[in-house]
Parts: sequence; structure tokens; C-alpha cells
Amino acid sequence: MSRIDQRFASLKAAGRTGLIPFITAGDPSPEAVVALMHALVEAGADLIELGVPFSDPMADGPVIQHASERAIARGVGLGDVLRWVGEFRQRDTDTPVVLMGYLNPVEIHGYEAFAAEAATAGVDGVLLVDCPLEESAVLEPLRAAGLKTIRLAAPTTAPARMAQLCEVAEGFLYYVSFAGITGAGRLSTRDIASRVADIRSRASAPVAVGFGVRDAQSAKEIAAFADAVVIGSALVERLDGAGTADEAVARAKDFLAPIRAALDAH
Amino acid sequence: MATPAPLATPAVTDFHAWPDPHGRFGQFGGQYVAETLMAPLAELTEAYERLRKDPEFLAELDRDLTHYVGRPSPLYHAERLSAHVGGARIILKREDLNHTGAHKINNTIGQGLVAKRMGKPRIIAETGAGQHGVASATVAARLGLKCVVYMGATDIERQKINVYRMKLLGAEVVPVTSGSKTLKDALNEAMRDWVTNVADTFYIIGTVAGPHPYPMMVRDFNAIVGREARAQMLTEYGRLPDAITACVGGGSNAIGLFHEFLNDRDVRIVGAEAAGEGIGSGLHAASLAAGRPGVLHGNRTYVLCDDNGQIAETHSISAGLDYPGVGPEHAFLKDAGRAEYVGVTDAEAMEAFHLLARMEGILPALESSHAVAQAMKLARELPREGLVLCNLSGRGDKDVHTIAAREGVTV
Repeated sequence: MSRIDQRFASLKAAGRTGLIPFITAGDPSPEAVVALMHALVEAGADLIELGVPFSDPMADGPVIQHASERAIARGVGLGDVLRWVGEFRQRDTDTPVVLMGYLNPVEIHGYEAFAAEAATAGVDGVLLVDCPLEESAVLEPLRAAGLKTIRLAAPTTAPARMAQLCEVAEGFLYYVSFAGITGAGRLSTRDIASRVADIRSRASAPVAVGFGVRDAQSAKEIAAFADAVVIGSALVERLDGAGTADEAVARAKDFLAPIRAALDAH
Repeated sequence: MATPAPLATPAVTDFHAWPDPHGRFGQFGGQYVAETLMAPLAELTEAYERLRKDPEFLAELDRDLTHYVGRPSPLYHAERLSAHVGGARIILKREDLNHTGAHKINNTIGQGLVAKRMGKPRIIAETGAGQHGVASATVAARLGLKCVVYMGATDIERQKINVYRMKLLGAEVVPVTSGSKTLKDALNEAMRDWVTNVADTFYIIGTVAGPHPYPMMVRDFNAIVGREARAQMLTEYGRLPDAITACVGGGSNAIGLFHEFLNDRDVRIVGAEAAGEGIGSGLHAASLAAGRPGVLHGNRTYVLCDDNGQIAETHSISAGLDYPGVGPEHAFLKDAGRAEYVGVTDAEAMEAFHLLARMEGILPALESSHAVAQAMKLARELPREGLVLCNLSGRGDKDVHTIAAREGVTV
């Protein structure tokens, strides 16, 4: 059983909602990444989404875009991200890590090479935002190397397509809670709840809900109907400007602790 | 350096049969977008597939092209320029004479009518040089649609006149300050707007890039250029040209000219990319001549990027060619060996600009000046009775400040 499947199985057994924080690799600083990942786990993260910086993140809002720009300005590339996952794995062999990003860095790195290096580093899954189901043939080497392809589903996804996504979903299905970019502020909980309930009844993979989760309150509302909650822009925003790795770690823990508590109180 | 996967180039018998139903031109094209965009793209594809065969829609488009745009645009034999070059006859397809001053209106008229038929009250557009923004604002005004144009802050600075034109036409111009603050960033921002406001918004992409169906739809609307030109060549010169050329940024005016000639295998096809200060200098925007296959803005195509896959900041004297990707059909034509893509430097384009101004009384856009420079090179290789057809895609009024600044003149 893969690390992602194991983690969701134990969450289910314990009746807990998963917490999936997202950070951009290389922001607020390259030195802080591995320490931050451990801090996220200590503060209650069940799975880590690690953003691979890309110069043209079309589906992301300004917060994550700027984090990407800062990381790129510091010279961060896919090779660094894989190295950091490898370092993280030296002390943590349980927490699943999913790389989130765009296709071009992987395409340029080479699919075969990326798949082998990512698997060796201890990456568990890959979410490539601009690679929908229809274009996924190129990801075959990733699957062969044992990496889970995490799929997105959206409020705009048509029923027939949703059925298809539910069928192929592996690891978990990431439900984008509205038809916007990451970090936007709108969220109609009731609407999301009924759609997620529908997806959960059809997909064998667990459903994580993200896009627009900002704090303990919004996380708790989503925890009522999702297997896991993804929290990205709000965390990246909080980390921005942390001068040292210690400060970044402290900020991450402060930010995540009340969210973890709210999820567990649910 | 990482080597991209080798590309399978299909043996092509009919170049007019592309893209395939998935929107792919061989390995290129496709729909590389976030899940949130798949539904709007499906809606657009369905609507456009229906409209492109709808006689009423096509008749309305045709009326607008005739009475509003001013088509057909003439062919013009640049006699003095040809004599100066001392080779083949250079024939200009005068897209600069269209309403709003460039080929861009061919596409915005078409997409504007599609938006109207789809019942979308708001249109958005990205623009580099401002020509597509102006053409979109123009169509929005005429159809009574709200219009928002995204434009890189750098481009706003170098294309002030077009910015003001858009405002006069009632459009809102939103400066984009992320990334390199140019066309690619404006495209990212427009895509974000579309994802967020898709219910009431139609996104008019200005070039043959983006996800399917845009490369096909924008090509179809611009293909009138080549259809007219091919018929005009046969009528006025009794034969097809020996070579045709156009400038290539995203590639809409070029595919517009090239498409009708693709199955005429004896016609040499050459795209002129912006070589900026020279391809060796690294300061250029020649995606096909110097890039590699990758994925950008919703399609697989040739891109300029570093070994980490980060899209490069490009350079060209002309904002309209300053783009690190290129339409996927051009990538396909390059790999299929049907078209050649070569670089033309800023300096060569400037020289062509001045020559055309002084010898023919035509101020070409800086983008089109690249094509003129390439036409001169092609003409030199051919005998006097040869024919080189060049798409003069736009007029240069918008560029006079850029040119004055470059030459140290205060206007």
C-alpha cells in the first residue's frame, strides 16, 4: 500500500479529517524548506503539498505566483525540490509528499528521468495543474515508477467527465472548491458540500477540498464533508518575509495549530 | 542539458486536415489547462464547431469583413523597393489598410460574433503591442459588449498611443505587473480572469496559441488573408508566388497568410521571427529558430525556456513579437518541414522599416518590418521575374515614438 493510501486509511480509521498544507518550495527561503516540512508535520499536517516553482502559473493567484517568482529569483529548480524531498525523507518516512506544479518543468527535465528521480527521492504523488486527463499519456513513466497522479475536479466539471475522474482518481481527488484561481476569497460551503458528497459516493479515492480555505473556521466547515482540507495561499502569505528558517518554522506552526485543533474538534 | 522526448512528425498529405479532433497538430497543440477551464473550452469548441458551418454566421462575418474591415485588402507591388533590392518582385498583402490598422481585426470580428452568439456580455483580451487590444475594444464597442484588456506594464509604457486608443473606444486597460510585464504575463492574467468570470465572459485570444480551439479558430478567422492573396496572385500575376513570408510572434498573421498555400508544395514558406539583438546574444524572441518543445499557455509547442523549464524573458524591438511561445501549427509546420522559420534582428527590421517608408511611402509596423526584411532577403535569392509575397500585417503609426526614442529623436 502506498504512503498516501496508508495515510488516508489511518485517518479514516481514526475518524479524522486530513490536513494538507501547501508551501512553495524555495519560499520564504531555500534554507527553510526541509525544516518547514518537518514543522508542518509537527503542527499536524497529514500530507504535504510541495509547490514546484514555475514562471507562468496560470491557475494560481497573486500570492502563490509571487512566491514562485521569489523562489525562481533564488535559483530554485526541479532538481532542488527533489533534493529537499530526499533530505526530508531522512527523518520522515511516513508523511506523504505530493509535488504540485505545471507541466513544462517536468517536460524539460524529461518524464523518464523525473519519474525515476522523484521515486528515489521519496515523492509519493504529482499534481500537474495544466495536465488534464486528456493529455495524460505523457505521464505514463510517472505511473510506472509508482507515483500517484493526483487529479483535479472543479465545480464546472460536467457530470460525464466527473464520473470519468472518479473512476481514474488515485491517491486522492482534489476538489477545487470554486471556478477561480488559488487564493481567491469566495466559498459557498453548502454548494461545495453537496457536490463533494456526490463525488465521495462515486469515487473510491478520498476527496480533498481546497482553493479558498483561509483559517480554522473555513477549514472546519469543509471538514464536515471532506476527507481532507488543503490550505495553500493563506499559509504561503503568512510565511512571506520570514527572515530566517526558524521564523518560518514558528510562523507555520502558529498558523497551522488552530486549524489542526478545529479539525480535531469536529 | 536535458533532451526533450523526440517528436513523432507524421507524414502529412493534406495540411488543411489539421488539427485532429483533440486539437492536436501532430505532437503540438492540445488543451493543457487546469480542470476549471475544461468545461468553458468544451462549451466554446461546441459553439465554434457549430458556427463555422452555419451559413448565417458566415454571411454575417463576410458582411462585416467587407463593410466594416474594408476587405479585400489589396496586393501591392513594391516596385521601387524591389528595384533597390535587385531581385524578385516583392508583393505586399496590405493588411495595414484594414480598419484599426492590422490583421488583428479579422480575428476579433470573428470571435466577437461568436461571443455575441454565445450570449456573453463581457469580453476580455490580452495584448502585447496593443493592436489586438485595440481590435478587441473596437469590436466590443460595435457589438455593445463590455471590454477589459490585460496589458503588461512594460508594453503599456512602450505603446502609449494604443493604450489611449483602447480607452477612447470604451475599454478598460488593466496593467499587468507580474513576471516580465509583457505579453505572456498579460495572457496569464486574462486566463485567470476567464477562469473566475467564465459564466458571462468570452476570452478573445489574439493569436494562434492557447488551448484548443483557439489555435484553430484564430487561424480560421485570419485565413481570409491567404485565401484572398492566393486568388489575387492568380488573377494579377497569373501564377502563385515563389515564396511567401510573414512575421511570427504568436503567429496569427503568418498562419493567416500561409494556410491557404500549405498544400501548394512548390511555394516556399518562410516565417520571420524576432532575433532581437541576434540569436547568439540571448536577447531575442525566436521560439522556433532557437527554442525547444515544451508546454506553455495551454498548448504544446516550441518555447524559450531554461533547463529548469522556466519560461524565458524575451526581447524584441517590436512588442507584438515579444513572446516566448508560438502557435502549435507553426511548430507542426516546422517539424513537418513545410515551413522554415528564421530570425530577423532589430537592426534588420529597422532598416526595412526605413526603406519601405522612403521608397514606397508606407510606414510598416515594427512587427511587419521583420517580414519586409525577410522578403528582401528572399527576393535577393531569386531572379527578377520571381515573386515574393509578404504579409504587411500592420501599419507603423503606433511605433513612431519607439522609433524616435531608439534613434534619439524628440517628437
